[in-house]
Order: sequence, then structure tokens, then C-alpha cells
Amino acid sequence: MKIEASPKTPSVMFDGEQALLVIKGRSIPENSVEFYRPIMEWLDQYAAKPSTKTNVNIQLEYFNTSSSKCILDIFKRLESIHKSGNEIVINWFFEEDDEDMQEAGEDYQAIIQIPFKMQMI
Amino acid sequence: MVDLYDFYNLMDRHNIMLSFKGEVSSDLLSSILQITESKLERLNEEPRLKKKVYNVLVECLQNLYHHIDEAHPDIDAKSLAGNPIEMRSALMMIGRSEDGYTIMTGNHIEEVNIAKLRNRLDQINAMTKEELKLHYQEVLNNDEYSSKGGGGLGMIDIARKSGHKINYFFQPVNDRLSFFCLLIKIS
Repeated sequence: MKIEASPKTPSVMFDGEQALLVIKGRSIPENSVEFYRPIMEWLDQYAAKPSTKTNVNIQLEYFNTSSSKCILDIFKRLESIHKSGNEIVINWFFEEDDEDMQEAGEDYQAIIQIPFKMQMI
Repeated sequence: MVDLYDFYNLMDRHNIMLSFKGEVSSDLLSSILQITESKLERLNEEPRLKKKVYNVLVECLQNLYHHIDEAHPDIDAKSLAGNPIEMRSALMMIGRSEDGYTIMTGNHIEEVNIAKLRNRLDQINAMTKEELKLHYQEVLNNDEYSSKGGGGLGMIDIARKSGHKINYFFQPVNDRLSFFCLLIKIS
């Protein structure tokens, strides 16, 4: 899977060899459900035959509240892969001065039962 | 003849760095965000504040954008100037002062929708920082989607990121409509 970034949407990339999912950039579309639909469909397929260890890097500069529920949905799908006995590592990246992005990671961490690695850049 | 100098002075007095009146489209939204971002860049604004302004602006503009979708097209009302009220039209301004920025938006709202919005804003304004955080997490995880995905998180997010109470006012227009004024301070 590979989706190029646009001014309002992030790049989304899955590297099968490393089992690494990377979401990077801005996620501020007016209609996030539409943007995230193919990613959810891909995740549903991946969940049927996941790697024993999947790394996930979330490196967002901005995201709007329209995206936040979609991002939670991604984490919930990852959580169910985790619960079925596979390792999932979520790296949540935030810039040093970006307390809001750090808190956003903590919000997800409070809901999702996968340990987050908070990565300050 | 329009007195442009009056306009200029009014905007100057309120330190308006960007303003727009009209229909809020997806393309317009992109342009406003791009212009604001490059202005903040040129002002050498500190990254923390720059990000907050950008985030709150995204939510405010998308509120306007989505609200427009819900507007009833059948309202036959006239503005003070006697023009037909264009429900899809809104006002947006960004002011800059020594202690930060103010994002202001204005749009028409039907009387029947005021009570719900007022209650929601008062509820958010009554919360502490910690309560807002917990409320955000609760709404984030409630499995309810609005048609555009946000599901009621916008105003909570605005309150959290701005760090100030949400200032708002409903200016009556006629028996069916009011003008909803929203002022968000960010510092």
C-alpha cells in the first residue's frame, strides 16, 4: 500500500519486508472518512494474515478532529491484531515544542491497549 | 460610495491580519490556511503558537464549512442592508495582538438550533483543562460519527488548544435567524 501525501492528507506507506506502516504529514481533510476508507480496508485484509511483529510510525504535523476518529479506528484494528497474539509497536512522533501533539498521543494511549512509544523529534 | 478608509481603520484598530466574507468552499479553506501559514512564518512566530493558531483555524473553518451543508435553503430573509441572506455565506477574521491571536467567525444560524449550541458551548466552558481532556477522550471513543467524521470533537479541541474560554454571542437577525459570532483567543 502506498498513498502519496497531498496538502490536506498524509502519506501512507506499508513496507511488507519490514512490516512497517508509516503515516506521515498532515491529516486535515474535510471528509476524513472517505480518505481513510481504503486504509481501513487494507488493514482488514492485513489482519487476516499479519506479520508476527508490525511496526507502526505515526508522524503527524497536524490532524483535525475529523481525522481523529479515523486514526482511533486504525489503532482499534491494530489492537485486535495485537490481541490475537501478534506484536505491535506504535511509535508516536511529536516535535519537542508540540505539547498538543504529545497530548494527542496520550489521548490514544488512554483508550488503546497497546503500549505507545512516545518519540520526541 | 463605500468609505474604504473607514473599513481600513476599523480593521487596523482590531489588528486584523486576514479577513474573508463569502461562501466557504474546500478550495477557499485551503487558500486561507496556506496564506495564514506563510504569514505566521514571515512573522517568525514561535512554533508552539504557530501550531495552535493553525490547528484552531482548521477546526473553525471546517465548522463553517460543515455548518453550511446543514443550512436550510428555504429561508427567505433579508439582511439589515435589505439583501437576501445567503445562508452559505460566512465571515472569518484573524486578529493579532501583543499577547497572541484571535480567530473570529460569524455565520447565520436558525433559532431552533441555538439552544443546543449554547448548551454545548456552556458545558465546554465550564470544564477545567483536565475535564476537557477526559471529555475529549470520551467523545473520541464513543463510536459515534457525524456525517463528516468529527462527531462533536471540534469545539472541545478548540477549547483545549486555545487554552481560553470560548467567547460567543448570538446577534438576533429576525424571528427565525441569528448571527452566531465566535471569538477564540490563542496565546
